[in-house]
Amino acid sequence: MQLLGGTHRHPHPDHSPGSQIPVVTVVALGGAVGALLRYSASRIWRNGSDASLLWHQGMAAFPWTTLLVNVVGCFLMGVLAVALKERFTGAPRLLNPMLGTGVLGGFTTFSSYSDDTRRLIENGQPLTAVGYLLLTAAACMAGIVLGVALTRLALTGGGTEAHREGGGR
Amino acid sequence: MSEWLLVLAGGALGAPTRYLIGVASRARLPSSFHWGTFLANMAAALLLGFLVAAGTEGALGTTGEALLSTGFCGALSTWSTFSKEMLALTDARRVAGAGGYLLATIALGLGLSFAGGALAQAIW
Repeated sequence: MQLLGGTHRHPHPDHSPGSQIPVVTVVALGGAVGALLRYSASRIWRNGSDASLLWHQGMAAFPWTTLLVNVVGCFLMGVLAVALKERFTGAPRLLNPMLGTGVLGGFTTFSSYSDDTRRLIENGQPLTAVGYLLLTAAACMAGIVLGVALTRLALTGGGTEAHREGGGR
Repeated sequence: MSEWLLVLAGGALGAPTRYLIGVASRARLPSSFHWGTFLANMAAALLLGFLVAAGTEGALGTTGEALLSTGFCGALSTWSTFSKEMLALTDARRVAGAGGYLLATIALGLGLSFAGGALAQAIW
C-alpha cells in the first residue's frame, strides 16, 4: 500500500539553489517551540519523564512521557505529510521545514529514548528496557500510519486513487 | 524561568544542526540511505550518554542539563522524521531496508549511549 508516495521526488528546499538562511531560521524557530513543548510535557508528567527518577523500591520509572511525546509527534508528522502533500499544496515552502523538521523534529527525541533504555538496563530492569525499546518503535510506526490514514480519510473521504495520481510529484 | 529559556536556546540550535547534517549528507553520501537523520540521532545518543554520566558525576549543572541535554540533544535527535523515512521505505517496497534502518538506529544508538557514558566516567 502506498502511504506516503515516493521517497524523494518532491522538491526539497535544500535542493533549490539560493541561501540556506531562511530555512535554517524557520527550522531553529520550530525546534525551539518543539523542545519547549517536550519540556512542558516532562514538567507536567514528571514521574514518567525520566528513567532515572526512582520509585520507592529502587525501580526506575517507566519513561511514559518520552514514549507519549514520540508517538504523538509521529502521529502529527503523518498528519502534516498528507495535509501538505495532498491538500495544501500551495502552502509556503518554508512551512514543511518549520513544522516538520523544526517543531515535530524538536518535539520528538531519539537521544532520550536510547538513554532511558540504557538507564533501565543499568538499573537491572532489562525486561522493562526491552519492552520500552519495542513498544516505542511499534507505537511510533503505528502513530505515523494512523496519522496518514486518518488525515487521508478526513481529506478525501477514504478514496485512494485520486491522490495516488497526485503523489510522487 | 531560566530553564525554559535554556531549553528554548538548545532547541533552536539542535534542530538546525540536524537539518544541516541532512543537507551535508545529501551532498556527500549515497542517497540510498537516510544518512542525515541517522547521523544526527547517533551524535545525539552519544552526546546525551556522555552528558548524563557527566551530570551524575556532578560535572554538569542544571544549566547545562537544560541547554544541552533537554534542549540541544532532544532537538538534534528525532523520532518523527525517522518514522516518516521508514514509512517511505516500506511504501517503496523496501521493507528489509526499513527493518535494517530501524535495527541499525536502535542498536547503534543504544551502544553509543553506553559509549558516551563510559567516556564521561573515564574522564571524571
